[in-house]
Amino acid sequence: MLEFKDTVAEAVAGVQDGSTVMIGGFGNAGQPFELIDALLQSGARDLTVVNNNAGQADEGLALLIKEGRVRKMICSFPRQSDSWHFDAKYRAGEIELELVPQGNLAERIRAAGAGIGGFFTPTGYGTMLAEGKETRFLDGKWQVFETPIHADVALIKALKADGKGNLVYRKTARNFGPIMAAAAKQTIAQVSEVVPVGGLDPENVVTPGIYVNTIVKVG
Amino acid sequence: MSEISTSSATQDAANYGGTPKSSDTPLGRDDLARLVARDIAPGSFVNLGIGQPTLVSNYLTAEQNITLHTENGMLGMGPEAKGAEIDPDLINAGKIPVTELPGASYFHHADSFAMMRGGHLDVCVLGAFQVSAKGDLANWHTGAPDAIPAVGGAMDLATGAKDVYVMMTLLSKDGKSKLVPECTYPITGVGCVTRVYTDKAVFLITDDGVRVRETFGITFEELEQLVDVPLLAG
Repeated sequence: MLEFKDTVAEAVAGVQDGSTVMIGGFGNAGQPFELIDALLQSGARDLTVVNNNAGQADEGLALLIKEGRVRKMICSFPRQSDSWHFDAKYRAGEIELELVPQGNLAERIRAAGAGIGGFFTPTGYGTMLAEGKETRFLDGKWQVFETPIHADVALIKALKADGKGNLVYRKTARNFGPIMAAAAKQTIAQVSEVVPVGGLDPENVVTPGIYVNTIVKVG
Repeated sequence: MSEISTSSATQDAANYGGTPKSSDTPLGRDDLARLVARDIAPGSFVNLGIGQPTLVSNYLTAEQNITLHTENGMLGMGPEAKGAEIDPDLINAGKIPVTELPGASYFHHADSFAMMRGGHLDVCVLGAFQVSAKGDLANWHTGAPDAIPAVGGAMDLATGAKDVYVMMTLLSKDGKSKLVPECTYPITGVGCVTRVYTDKAVFLITDDGVRVRETFGITFEELEQLVDVPLLAG
């Protein structure tokens, strides 16, 4: 049942300790800062977080990591010039890292949402990141078996929602939003605008409301 | 892999044979970028890696009608955004604000990587720590024990694009050739590189071996002394 919440605190109130949480965004584009701040305030801990990066500077995901709420990061590109909170936790041995090639990260999330039990891909074959994984020679290439990434919760950011939970995004802020919405049991979207049912052109809907559970308007 | 037989983006491979072309001086970064840009076939869909490869975009001409892909989810990327153009929702894979060109499209991350992994990009241009004689690429990790690894889309680009061009200086800071018999750094992809553009020479990775297309400020014989890989002329 789709719910509209008045505050981000209410929107994330159901996130349990120990959850796997997908967080949308590539860098700051599409990162749901208000939802992440609310998650930090909620005190949820022992989280596994799925994001492309591991937080930038002193905001959003970086603060969640700084405060020790994240047990494990699943991401493709943790090391950046301003990822100092992740760097410190990693060097101190206080956070686990599962490093995933970016296309595998996206496809493993997509696979979870599509009910796919796994897939073979040439990406990573022969590299450190494929060590110990099943390989097969398929379609003229060596390929590596990859498994889906499921989540308890997805926190995503979209531009607009309608009364049915359909979402549209803005430019490159779309990034992981649509696939994370499908892969999580509970998808919480922060949006800049809520329009009535019929207020979005059905031809332009990017994430159908079936994937969305909770919507909160911010800003 | 042989680019002569497989490349769709190679407009000039048939022109080589005999003595490699040469110039009197090594190429600077911009001259190298200009050369790579010139070699990309008209109408190609291209991904330019972070760093030096980004310079290539400065030399693509309108007549070439190249469409740039950025893996965070866009085709039809324009130049870097300046001043009032800057929009935090419109960035490239290096997280730099960019602009959109008429005819641009946006898509989510799985679609963007399906484009790359499904072989739809004609060319990607990447930097490298090392390239092996068989076209193995090492560009994501030094392997140093204290390094925090980060891979991003490097493995997907290396494996998925029809042609993988590497742009790098031929020699490392300590004077060693980065074109090597076998990579000593952790690899990004196996046998994926088709061309290597360096300040001293352009190398074609072919089924027959490493072919020198042209040299800059160095003779073929001097190049053979620098590089510990058998080289074919022309």
